[in-house]
Amino acid sequence: MSDRITGLVVAVLALAFFASASQLETPFFADPLGPSAFPMLISAVAFICAGMMVLRPDAEPDWPVLSTFIRLSIAVLVLVLYAYGLKPLGFVLPTALAAGAISYQIRPGFRASALTGVCVSIGLFVIFKYGLGLSLFALPRWLMTMIG
Amino acid sequence: MELLANLALGFSVALTPTTLGLAIIGCVLGTMIGALPGLGPSNGVAILIPLSFSFGLDATQALVLMTSVYFGAMYGGRISSILLNIPGDEPAMMTTLDGYPMAKQGRAGDALVLSGVASFVGALLATIGLMLLAPLLAQVAFLFGPAEYFALYLLAFCTLGGIGSNNQAKAAIAVCLGLGIAMVGVDSSTGMTRFTGGSLHLFDGIDFLVAIVGLFAVAEVFVFIESRGRDSAIGVTLDKIRIPVKDILATRLTMLRSTMVGFIAGLLPGAGASLGSFLAYMMEKSIAKDKHLFGKGDPRGIAAPEAGNNAAAGGALVPMLTLGVPGSGTTAVLLALLMTLNITPGPLLFTERPDVVWGLIASLLIANVVLLILNVPMVKLFSRILQVPAAILLPGVTMVSFVGIYSLSGSYFDLLLMIGFGVLGYILRKLSIPAVPVILGILLGGHMEVSLRRAMVLSDGDWTYLFGSPISIGLWIGAIIGFIAPLFLRSYLKAPQPHKDDI
Repeated sequence: MSDRITGLVVAVLALAFFASASQLETPFFADPLGPSAFPMLISAVAFICAGMMVLRPDAEPDWPVLSTFIRLSIAVLVLVLYAYGLKPLGFVLPTALAAGAISYQIRPGFRASALTGVCVSIGLFVIFKYGLGLSLFALPRWLMTMIG
Repeated sequence: MELLANLALGFSVALTPTTLGLAIIGCVLGTMIGALPGLGPSNGVAILIPLSFSFGLDATQALVLMTSVYFGAMYGGRISSILLNIPGDEPAMMTTLDGYPMAKQGRAGDALVLSGVASFVGALLATIGLMLLAPLLAQVAFLFGPAEYFALYLLAFCTLGGIGSNNQAKAAIAVCLGLGIAMVGVDSSTGMTRFTGGSLHLFDGIDFLVAIVGLFAVAEVFVFIESRGRDSAIGVTLDKIRIPVKDILATRLTMLRSTMVGFIAGLLPGAGASLGSFLAYMMEKSIAKDKHLFGKGDPRGIAAPEAGNNAAAGGALVPMLTLGVPGSGTTAVLLALLMTLNITPGPLLFTERPDVVWGLIASLLIANVVLLILNVPMVKLFSRILQVPAAILLPGVTMVSFVGIYSLSGSYFDLLLMIGFGVLGYILRKLSIPAVPVILGILLGGHMEVSLRRAMVLSDGDWTYLFGSPISIGLWIGAIIGFIAPLFLRSYLKAPQPHKDDI
């Protein structure tokens, strides 16, 4: 079933890609093929293969159970927040929280995860900042300027 | 003796203190990366690439560091195969078949030393093969025009899809996905933007490093979260390390044969190290008189896949350096490194930047000796690394990936894109759609389109031009065979299943 759904999704994507490629305007000075031929070729191949997936699906993969799925979603959410937080909040705090949260999702245990988070954060900061010389800010910039 | 002059040039580059130091650091890091289950050569090299830029290394140094990591990971992959029955990386899968049973018989040390020596033989001979063959192939590559290159890229995708996956349709979808992603951004021929949806972030296209780190490293984190990191302690205890001279001598022919097979498998664009170790093992098993010993801790079953996969690692560098077509997932990552360093692999690389090519080759020769020392007398040290729990390792890997990508562009958009690729990689893995063709598609898509369009300009739109030369006809035939043959051979070439633990 998963394969059939994936096949359908890929087929729709391939059609959308094809449509988008065919909308491209070809400048008058372009080469014989122009910018849209190759993308259209790709989408045609993808469409045929998607059809194969729908017609001859493999055995069903074992998808995670609901609780695992929730843990995975939390991990994705944590990483997205981390991506937004890295710049304004400095390195150490978001990294400790994110690393701790990921660690907790792999092996629950509050104290161990917190310790992992703090150690990973500080360890990497030292390596990156002083070992590799990356320009990282340990703390939020407004705090740094207040201290400095 | 042009070869000797070239080698002298190479060693003059490789023996500078910085380069030598980087080769050694690379070997140590690589062995660690290979040994850690869940951190293979592809994602190990992938997360280190952004860092090597921030480090400010020049092209040769970065390449030496990364190929040492690559070779080191190929050596290190066997450690967890033998001690834990979990392959440290995909090519080391075959080593679990005989390595783990041998370790369970109380000969873990022997298995590690034997496989270390086999790795050394395979890697060293393959490096010599690379040295001899690459300049020759570079000469042939001068004959390649756009039509030939187009056919060559097609061959790479077809062999990769045919051999690397159990389902041709899924492999082809993976290739199309990669090619489609490569189309995003400004079209180099006309200067028009394509498939950006008006987003300014996408005008430059999608950085392949973001895709690679996402698909390999971040996806791995999700897999570990799902499996809760099989936190198994060392399954087999490692006692004293002795040199099993008898086994090494008994398997010397096995090592040589497997090196040949592995090297040739590595040369095939798109096939790579997993195929090398697989073919080497199957060949040894089929020519042995006492087949029943295989899978029960036979020394030949350890020597063959290890010599095979390390030889394939060297062989895969040949098409990567001479034609710009990687032979495996990790060489694809190395190609990404070259492209980011603004080095175009291909025949011109050999004439214009001999220092890069020969410096790399000389460094590989040195790295092999370093790796032998690290992997035979010091293997006990590295086996300790296996005890690092996933709950500490994986958060570290994630954060290194984030900082690496962030240090490249400083934009949160690339980080979000990387997370997106991580989720995609996880879903692809669940659906058993291979991720390596996606990477190869992203890397080669632009080149493939350009060569097709150039061919059409040259021929004024005549499609038969694509099959106009003997070389391109050969490549087209190879591509078709590479894609279709595995369909028929699959029933014969079923991979033996690793042992279920029955303690």
